[in-house]
Amino acid sequence: MEYKEQEMSRATGVASAPTSAIRLRKLKKHYVMGRNILPVLHGIDLDIKRGEMVAIMGPSGSGKSTLMNILGCLDRPSQGHYILDGVPVSEMSMRELADIRNQKIGFVFQGFHLLQWMTAIGNVELPLLYAGVPTEQRRERASQALKLVNLGSRADHRPVELSGGQQQRVAIARALVTTPAMILADEPTGNLDSRTSIEIMAILQKLNSRGMTIVLVTHEPDIAAYCLRKVVLRDGRIVEDSINPEPMIAQAQMAQPAVEKKGT
Amino acid sequence: MNFSDSNGTRNTAGALMERQAVPRTPVSSTGNRLYAQQKRRRARPGQSFFQSVKSALQAVRANKLRSLLTSLGIIIGVGAVIMVVSISESQSAAINQSLSNLNPNELTIRSGTTNTGGVRGGQGSRQTLKQSDADAISQQVPHVTSVSPIANANGQVIFQNQNWSPQQIQGVYPSYLQLGGWQMQEGSFIAPSDLQSSTAVAVIGQTVVTNLFTPLGIDPLGQQIRIRNVPFTVVGVLAAKGSSGSFNDPDDVVYIPFSTAQQRLTGSLYASSIALLVDDQSNLINVEDSTQQLLEQLHNISNPANDDFTIQNQAQILQTRQSVVQALGTLLIGVAAISLLVGGIGIMNIMLVSVTERTREIGIRMAIGARSGDVMSQFLIEAFVLSAMGGLVGIILGSAGAFIISQMNGSSFVLSPVAVLLAFGFSAAVGVIFGFYPAQRAARLDPIVALRTQ
Repeated sequence: MEYKEQEMSRATGVASAPTSAIRLRKLKKHYVMGRNILPVLHGIDLDIKRGEMVAIMGPSGSGKSTLMNILGCLDRPSQGHYILDGVPVSEMSMRELADIRNQKIGFVFQGFHLLQWMTAIGNVELPLLYAGVPTEQRRERASQALKLVNLGSRADHRPVELSGGQQQRVAIARALVTTPAMILADEPTGNLDSRTSIEIMAILQKLNSRGMTIVLVTHEPDIAAYCLRKVVLRDGRIVEDSINPEPMIAQAQMAQPAVEKKGT
Repeated sequence: MNFSDSNGTRNTAGALMERQAVPRTPVSSTGNRLYAQQKRRRARPGQSFFQSVKSALQAVRANKLRSLLTSLGIIIGVGAVIMVVSISESQSAAINQSLSNLNPNELTIRSGTTNTGGVRGGQGSRQTLKQSDADAISQQVPHVTSVSPIANANGQVIFQNQNWSPQQIQGVYPSYLQLGGWQMQEGSFIAPSDLQSSTAVAVIGQTVVTNLFTPLGIDPLGQQIRIRNVPFTVVGVLAAKGSSGSFNDPDDVVYIPFSTAQQRLTGSLYASSIALLVDDQSNLINVEDSTQQLLEQLHNISNPANDDFTIQNQAQILQTRQSVVQALGTLLIGVAAISLLVGGIGIMNIMLVSVTERTREIGIRMAIGARSGDVMSQFLIEAFVLSAMGGLVGIILGSAGAFIISQMNGSSFVLSPVAVLLAFGFSAAVGVIFGFYPAQRAARLDPIVALRTQ
């Protein structure tokens, strides 16, 4: 918590905006491998505003995964600052980061990552359990979240009884049930066919349209095309940060008869 | 921007909207304060213990077979402890009961050498007591009211189509009626004339009556029975002393004249032991001493350390038996403790496998906000639940086993609450102790690595 306002202002030249969900300043990450130091991120500056939907892209080895781990508070930067939803998290201990993950981040993974022996609603309740939310409230909020992803009727099914798309929707419900500062989706459609991918993107877009900040890590341009903004990483640096003037609307695509898209 | 769907209630989505609406204070120092506030607000209770037990039970149920195998060691260990303690306590109770039935004035002389601690060694391999010894004691030692040599025989007793192997078939003197503290139910005890002429007569206890005559509904008196194919006439039936535990049924006896036993059954010139009765308990020590001196003299022994006989009073005999039961119990509890230890290692083993298998689950839990401490307590509680359940099942099985055995022996069923509590506490402790290392391993996993695990 050594963070100093002046330093920040000097660095950016702008007064801190109240609308930032994510603010990265000179963020560096290196790994120590024996005697060698392997730099992965060479100073990332990035602002993501509340309510944005951003795709982070980059080839493998670009530092994309490392950046995602830091954004998700699973890892800590070696240098630089990370302010998540107004909270400087770069100096926090792993224990504090666990609480931050619980409160402010909703993860959606490529492999869904649901607990197989729990029902859908049990999985959605899990983050609230760690937050210490009382049982009644937990159930209520979890079923609201499931309704939001159109799975209200499947609450008592186990993951094996659900299709891939449905499992991912459960995962999204789990991500949003704590009303996090952002949903961090890592290749959320990587294991899904194109039709189901559009479904998932439609849900993410719906959440985004209601104000949820969404950061989507992907290497598929098709998926990035649904986002308003695209950040491209290469060799540990941001090489492109562009606005997509006309993002695809998944809902509209779903209305059309099956669109030919790239294979799974 | 309406986050709440159709119903518009204030919920998850409502809160999210609020997040949008509240004007944010600038970052940095205010951000710190803001975080501090949020931290305070979230001074979270975490998962309650009850909740943790509930989810541990869920995990146990999700892996039924593995859970059973994990707890098996604990089940067997606790079951064994309960069973052993219960059986040895009921035996102790039986011995205490027969202690109270004892005649404190009775002395028994056994042949053979002794080792220290009252453990008899070499008995039977070396017969040294003779009928003449008994007669000499009766004539020369003062304060002795009655004496009888005893010839132990064993074998099957047959009456018509019934047969039975009594615990004791003994050749005795007529005075044994008084010595053994017996009452006649009907008929008479062995007469001095029977002894002189080695008549084939027998006096039987109630257990023998029950097993040979009751099924046929015949009065035993005057009937012919065969002991190891030698025919004997039943001349008396002893009154019941009362059963006191399985291994020591006093009514399971057949008495025949000493001379008859020697000639027809044992074929030995020696007596297995000599029983004698002292007129008063205060003379017991005196009689013991003078009997010892007399026998040493008769057997030509100058050094008491070389005595080829042992004199015991009945209380000593029972104490010996008591200590044997206790030693056996201690031994078995040791074995049970080892099996509990093995059970604990089994739990550790399976928990380690479980941690490895569930690495991804741990990663998921950490990603959505489980602290290391949460993961740690989850696995600790799982190990605790497994071993506590194993302990409960073990207590139930152990008590059932002890109950069945007590029914089979006809002994009393004693369930010691101390043993139950100890066994349960021990098994729960085993779970926590042996669950600690695997739980720590789980808690120390790196969430990034754990999430990547397939």
